[in-house]
Amino acid sequence: MADLVLTTSILEETRIQIENTLIKAGVNTVLLIDEAGNIVVACGHKTDNLDTISLAALAAANFGATSQIAKLIGEDDFALLFHKGEKDSIHVARIGTDLILVTIFGDNVSLGLIRLRVAQLAKSIEKTFGQK
Amino acid sequence: MALINLSKREIHCKIVYYGSGRCGKTTNLLYIYNAMNNKARGKMLTIETKGERTLFFDLLPLNLGKINGFDIRIQLYTVPGQTIYKATRKLVLKGVDGLVFVADYLKVRHEKNIESLQDLRRNLLEHNLTLEEIPTVLQFNKCDMVPTPIPTLTREELEIDLNRELNTKIFEAAATKGIGVFETLKEISKRTVHYVATKHLLT
Repeated sequence: MADLVLTTSILEETRIQIENTLIKAGVNTVLLIDEAGNIVVACGHKTDNLDTISLAALAAANFGATSQIAKLIGEDDFALLFHKGEKDSIHVARIGTDLILVTIFGDNVSLGLIRLRVAQLAKSIEKTFGQK
Repeated sequence: MALINLSKREIHCKIVYYGSGRCGKTTNLLYIYNAMNNKARGKMLTIETKGERTLFFDLLPLNLGKINGFDIRIQLYTVPGQTIYKATRKLVLKGVDGLVFVADYLKVRHEKNIESLQDLRRNLLEHNLTLEEIPTVLQFNKCDMVPTPIPTLTREELEIDLNRELNTKIFEAAATKGIGVFETLKEISKRTVHYVATKHLLT
């Protein structure tokens, strides 16, 4: 697992991609994190009231734990996780080999739309980070 | 896996406290949390479980000020010490930049200390890392038990068991009273930041 050095251009480009694909679709908060639980980019209007550091660490650990569950049943990995809440839900998806995208959205946005947009976003973020 | 944000001028490092069950890893973090002021520390995250044991990990984010214009942000993690939680320990070690190995002075923990260090070496290897390349310090905890009637190990015994190959700096500690806790943190932070900085910024 290599160290991640983030330049202003990579961060800005990623932020714009997240804003255009997910935030404009009505998503509350998006965190792009690495597998060690560090926050790479945080977007959305609810990030100030949220303990994003804890959320990132737990999401990375949760993703790692479910990867181990996947291995127990003969899968390499689960590509996405979804936790349904009463008001807000969380969608977690792997991007490339080192990054994880955490999307928090309310009941006004459908899961289908999130899955579609995250799939599109995953490709563009992978491209951005591949070019660094 | 350190994260260097050139846009915000921040360096994020991950330091893991490793050691056998009940050796005092969480106690170290709790002491640091209680002793630091609100500006320098984040929220301590402990995953709620029944009983005192750490089941997954504890996390304490710290802000250590600036070096060369870069904000140094450190995340302290603990692992569950009990032997059966091997998979969880491996998971927490993902992306580690610095290590504190906490050893227990109690004589009954003699074998557990050695087992835990071997377990650490094995788990690091699974991430293609070795103890020799990751900044590491040793903490011999519960030194306040030595003068009591409770059977303890000698410093020499602990050194032979744990530091013969590693040959790193040792800190005597009594984490419940805070003795040696900040000395350990200061040294491992210094070594970790130096390790990350020389790798990326000064080259």
